[in-house]
Amino acid sequence: MTERRDVIIIGGGPGGLAAAAELKRQGVERVLVIEREQEAGGILRQCIHDGFGLTRFRKSLSGPEYAWRFLSEVRASGAELLTNAMALNIEAPEEGTGGSFTVTAASPSGLLRYRAAAVVLAMGCRERTRGALAIPGERPAGVFTAGAAQAYVNLKNLMPGREIVILGSGDVGLIMARRLTLEGARVLGVYEILPWPSGLPRNLRQCLQDYGIPLYLSHTVTEIHGRGRLNGLTVSQVDRARRPIPGTERHVPCDTLILSAGLIPENELTRKAGAAIDPRTGGPVVDQYYQTGIPGLFAAGNVLQVHDLVDYVSLEAENLARSAARFLASGLPPCPIPVEGEGVTHTVPHFISGTEDAVVSFRVKEPLRQGRAEVRQDGRAIYAKRLPRAVPAEMERLTLPSASLVSQNSIKVVISHDG
Amino acid sequence: MKDSYDVIIIGGGVIGSACARELSRYRLSIAVLEKENDLCRGASGRNSGVLHAGFNNRPGSLMAELCVEGCAGFQQVAEELSVPFRRTGKLVVGFDEEDRRQLLALIAQGKANGVPGLALVDKARMRELAPFVEGEFAMWSPSTGILDPFQLTLGLAENAAANGVRYHLSREVSAIKDRGTSYAVLTASGEAFQSRWVVNCAGIHSDRIAAILGTSCYEIHPCRGEYFVLDQRSGPLLPLPAYPVPNLRTGGLGIHLTPTIDGNVLIGPSAEYTDRREDFSSTRPVMDLLLSDGARIFPHLQGDLFIRSYAGMRPKLTGKTEGGYHDFVIERRKETPRAVNLVGIESPGLTAALPIARRVVRLIQEEEPLTPRPDFQPRRSAPPRFRDLSPEEQARLIARDPDYGEVVCRCETITKAQVLQAIRGPLGANSITGIKYRCRASMGRCQGGYCQQRLVQLLAQETGAAPEELLYSEEGSRLFFGKVREND
Amino acid sequence: MMDRTEEVTCILCPNGCAVTVSSRQDPLSGAWLPTAVSGNLCGRGEAYAKQELTAPRRTLTSSVAVDGGALPLASVRLTKAVPRERLPEIMEEIRRMRVSAPVRMGQTLAENVRGLGADLICTRNVEKKPAQD
Repeated sequence: MTERRDVIIIGGGPGGLAAAAELKRQGVERVLVIEREQEAGGILRQCIHDGFGLTRFRKSLSGPEYAWRFLSEVRASGAELLTNAMALNIEAPEEGTGGSFTVTAASPSGLLRYRAAAVVLAMGCRERTRGALAIPGERPAGVFTAGAAQAYVNLKNLMPGREIVILGSGDVGLIMARRLTLEGARVLGVYEILPWPSGLPRNLRQCLQDYGIPLYLSHTVTEIHGRGRLNGLTVSQVDRARRPIPGTERHVPCDTLILSAGLIPENELTRKAGAAIDPRTGGPVVDQYYQTGIPGLFAAGNVLQVHDLVDYVSLEAENLARSAARFLASGLPPCPIPVEGEGVTHTVPHFISGTEDAVVSFRVKEPLRQGRAEVRQDGRAIYAKRLPRAVPAEMERLTLPSASLVSQNSIKVVISHDG
Repeated sequence: MKDSYDVIIIGGGVIGSACARELSRYRLSIAVLEKENDLCRGASGRNSGVLHAGFNNRPGSLMAELCVEGCAGFQQVAEELSVPFRRTGKLVVGFDEEDRRQLLALIAQGKANGVPGLALVDKARMRELAPFVEGEFAMWSPSTGILDPFQLTLGLAENAAANGVRYHLSREVSAIKDRGTSYAVLTASGEAFQSRWVVNCAGIHSDRIAAILGTSCYEIHPCRGEYFVLDQRSGPLLPLPAYPVPNLRTGGLGIHLTPTIDGNVLIGPSAEYTDRREDFSSTRPVMDLLLSDGARIFPHLQGDLFIRSYAGMRPKLTGKTEGGYHDFVIERRKETPRAVNLVGIESPGLTAALPIARRVVRLIQEEEPLTPRPDFQPRRSAPPRFRDLSPEEQARLIARDPDYGEVVCRCETITKAQVLQAIRGPLGANSITGIKYRCRASMGRCQGGYCQQRLVQLLAQETGAAPEELLYSEEGSRLFFGKVREND
Repeated sequence: MMDRTEEVTCILCPNGCAVTVSSRQDPLSGAWLPTAVSGNLCGRGEAYAKQELTAPRRTLTSSVAVDGGALPLASVRLTKAVPRERLPEIMEEIRRMRVSAPVRMGQTLAENVRGLGADLICTRNVEKKPAQD
């Protein structure tokens, strides 16, 4: 049996919940959120540290509290929240038919099938693993991704280690460095392969410096040791091409390696649905209305691009929801203008309309001070934003006024130093 | 004496399990002693998962004979034991005239061994068979196939257990004493077993077990092979195994690309002699080599497809200087008439496992008549694989058991019901990797990032162990250091 | 009389401003008194930077053991920042605490912890463990 909804949201984390509440505010009637856990909130459930909500609520909240606010909004809004259900498949309508999507989900109450005119992807991201990092050595117990370690400590009441090395200076790893130190573990150091940190400056301060935990830049783990349980690591310095420098190897006895070396948007369903993926972001190619190449299929939050802050995930998802509501009511403007980047790791969206203002987000490739992000079209600058201090750890945004565009040709975001 | 048996099999790999299963057809009391805490932890589970056709081995050798026999008969084995298997065929890819000469020699050798259908194909035909494989021409072997080596071992072992074979895990054999009509088999844990027969299937340690039995004439030369596992996104690009022309000197088949039965792609293995018998490390130089060598015949290799690496040990009877292959040793010796030694069972041992086991049966029959058991049950059923079913079948399963509606492992779509069966099965999992190899939970791209904590919870719940005591894999591989807070 | 300049990373919001504080030593007391603050995007940054150089304060989040709960732990936080050097003793207190399910978000588990003016509150609900079947 197939049930009908207006919009189906895959994932009940910060993005999905924010989108659901906003869709209801926009007057969309039948909104369904499909969440795999028994409890919505996504990764926020295990992020018990504070600092969430400063942008969205002007208040520093812990992850569970931040999630609770959105969950309360969703409950009050009348959107339907289906927990303990895993979306298995999204079938897009045949092109040009204006038909609806079919979403299949497994749940203990049965194999559920829904049809909807629009589907919102809000599956979030996963962590880069040891295998993806291709770290040589043995395969003992004691290698955890930072998020998994966080779940064990904060949700499962289990200590993953006592003598700990962290590879990668991503924010979750920094947060865990502090958490594990406060729980009596020894964090021996954070090793970062890049010449600059990946985490936010405030986390370097309050999670590492406060506890005297060393941060080794341009270093990486070159071998894992131990048969049953991990008993040590070889760490090495790396050159500019990130290759280990022979002769710099050092043995670090420890029992645990925590990996905080990057997040990857979870786009297996997106791929299966047939939407194109941008290899730079790992997320789908979208226009300024967060619509993928498949009309009616939208994406926002970490499934689209890895964010630095949850607040921006929620804000992006709310923007998406307004677009999706417009899509249902009256349709969205075409987006023929491609967006490119230079000196940035990526740009999102990939296409803009030219008829309405567009928010473009990006990250700089390397840290810079007194720089600027210039938008160029037909070879000339049409818009600029000053970047007094920009680091790759932070996501930058600019709002490009449609009036600044001079043609229908592609635009390019270019990073430069202020001369 | 703790337990007394007619036959003790040392080693719970694919060979030991095949011997257990084939011997369980007869009125014999049988036990398997395995030093690890699970089956299939050695070479049996650390290979390419290829059912070989038999063209790589010298005509007249046991390797050739048993490989061809194993390949031909595997469909029946797969059906009886519910082991996923596909006869994909295989390409051995060549680039130049020297390669062509070697491939023609391989075809001749294969024909002499009785391998069906071998042929040299041109680039166009090669591309039809494998559109993304690079090369100028290839040898096509239609009878080659792919299988999951752990599932084969588990299928054999569960079937053996169902037919009365006793499994004793975490029992490392430390001494064997010949008592005239029987052997006393002592373990490192201090237990003593008694058996009239001993079958040595100890793989990389088979020379040591033979020495303990009283035969010091074998020497195993461990030869490590490393692999990469690629994301299932790569699966559709490679419908069948693609090998380079083998380098006769190194004694491996060359770094090749193999699709797995579950849709991943393997690159490997390297071939490197080492002193350590259980050195399952991956090394940077070999990882780089796998990537560059693999890309020669499969240019679609990208770093972002890597999900895992692993390594295995070949129990070779030829050392580094000789190279190449020694034949399988499957024999009873005068000095130990009631022991069967299986030594140097490297590739194609997986393919040849059942024919090897039947040979072991015959060696025992030379000494004493064996009576078939009328109640032998050749079939073993495996739990349904939710992911591979049609939506209708999935819906029916959930209606029957709601645990099928709870997806535990997202990447591989493994349900709670499957995880519970992996733990509760006849030779159920007692570690996280035990669950992983049985039902594939945490085998996917996130490598347990999402589901490992659920597996921990289910394993603790089912075994009654405290979560903080659970093992990741082998003995000593504790996952946790106690609780964060003490509570009830 | 001496001058010195220090850089402080503000931790109050994700901007993480690099705030530069110049200070001068008071000849009588020997204390360093801030004379100029720059690099902060908002007024809170100035206050924070001055505080950080004289007496750094931090908030604290952690977990408290729950008995009879559907989850083993309840996440908790202090309602306001306390002197940084007092965190270890507060952790000691948190480690000793045990609460019984159910626990409600916002519930105060300890008032005026160590007399520092901050309460310890629960940041999530933990229901009672469902009866075993």
